[in-house]
Amino acid sequence: MSKIRLSVGTKKGAFILTSDGKRKNWQVSGPHFAGWEIYHMKGSPVDPNRIYASQSSGWFGQIIQRSDDGGITWDTPGGGAAPSPDGMPKGESNKFVYEGEVGKHLWYDGTQHPWEFKRVWHLEPSLTDPETVYAGVEDASIFKTTNGGKTWQELPGLRNTKGHLWQPGAGGMAVHTILLDPKNPKRIYVAISAAGAFRTEDAGQSWKPINRGLKSPYELPDPDAEVGHCVHRIALHPSRPDVLFMQKHWDVLRTDNAGEQWREVSGNLPTDFGFPIDVHAHEPETIYVVPIKSDSEHYPPDGKLRVYRSRSGGNEWEALTKGLPQKDCYVNVLRDAMSVDLLDPCGVYFGTTGGQVYGSTDGGDTWDAIVRDLPAVYSVEAQTLK
Amino acid sequence: MIRVVLPFHLRTLARVNGEVQAEIAGDATLGAVLDAIETMYPVLRGTIRDHVTRRRRPFVRFFACKEDISNDPPDTPLPAAVVSGQEPFLIVGAMAGG
Repeated sequence: MSKIRLSVGTKKGAFILTSDGKRKNWQVSGPHFAGWEIYHMKGSPVDPNRIYASQSSGWFGQIIQRSDDGGITWDTPGGGAAPSPDGMPKGESNKFVYEGEVGKHLWYDGTQHPWEFKRVWHLEPSLTDPETVYAGVEDASIFKTTNGGKTWQELPGLRNTKGHLWQPGAGGMAVHTILLDPKNPKRIYVAISAAGAFRTEDAGQSWKPINRGLKSPYELPDPDAEVGHCVHRIALHPSRPDVLFMQKHWDVLRTDNAGEQWREVSGNLPTDFGFPIDVHAHEPETIYVVPIKSDSEHYPPDGKLRVYRSRSGGNEWEALTKGLPQKDCYVNVLRDAMSVDLLDPCGVYFGTTGGQVYGSTDGGDTWDAIVRDLPAVYSVEAQTLK
Repeated sequence: MIRVVLPFHLRTLARVNGEVQAEIAGDATLGAVLDAIETMYPVLRGTIRDHVTRRRRPFVRFFACKEDISNDPPDTPLPAAVVSGQEPFLIVGAMAGG
């Protein structure tokens, strides 16, 4: 029977939530890395017991952790005290150094500011090799490891894509989304706040901004601006990697041609501001968002926590409320804090800044709280285990 | 042998309890004791000083004999009481709450 593992990153540690395929009774393990911020954890699709975690703190910086037993034990790759078979450990799994001339990006005051590494926001394991992982970092760039996280190299072509015009938003300037095309190993999509979405067709050597059709009149007066859009999250269904869905700062959008042109599909949403967006595992036109009141009020409208589902790829949306608090609820759901499993019916999960992780075993029709009192949830990743 | 006290989170990372002891072959300087700690515990590289610039991370402090020596240059000799093991060398997570 299948099992489900949720890797939950929070403001004060990591938690592993596991259940059998019924998804009713959950075991909670953690906190791992107690007291540290865990921006993201994700398991390898090739080796499900291998999980990578981004651990960071304002005091001690970035740490990369890896588990090879499904989250029971963890190690910093190549960072142990004992000599390894290939020599003394170098302790470089947390060494993220930009390639070549560091360069500068646009700063808040309009001046140019040098790139400075701060932390890893997102880890995206390869679809084919458990040793290969991509890391989306702040200040925005993408790094890659091919040795299980022992060392990381930047793919600097991304920063060369009009990087001098990228400007941090209030939450910083980070590569927060990395989507690997399951049909074309050389194609990768990334999204950056507040620079936009980008695509590579040559495995990360060169990149192209894919932001045509995005409208950001209050942030970008130039309607044809190629970069500078505040993209909060993009998502795809593996069967149709040319179709992307986007939750922007404001607006929900879709593209049917790999980002060449976007169109708005906010439709009847109560507000089209939000952070996460995800796609049903078996219905490529069924998508989920969590509307948030506004950019200055990061909580659900009317104190009601509602997931909105569209079964038509956008424009027509229905509120999913059964099991979710419908009064006095003022939490947020962050961009990496929603995920789906691969079971049928599809499971949908999301975590809140109030420490709840909610799950649905029927594609969003009904919800239950799996846990209620974790630290603020930064990320949720669902893994379906055979 | 120099006694070194690591902050809680770095003790957890290095998987040690209590003080650790650093042996320094040459001059017992601030930089040398940090080098020794990073050699003994590679996992701590980058957590106390930047990997490349070797600058102290902003919210890490170094104390010795009740003195804050965080801003001293790396070739600063450690106090005799620290070198003799009478006093510990402290690596501290700075108070930076707010």
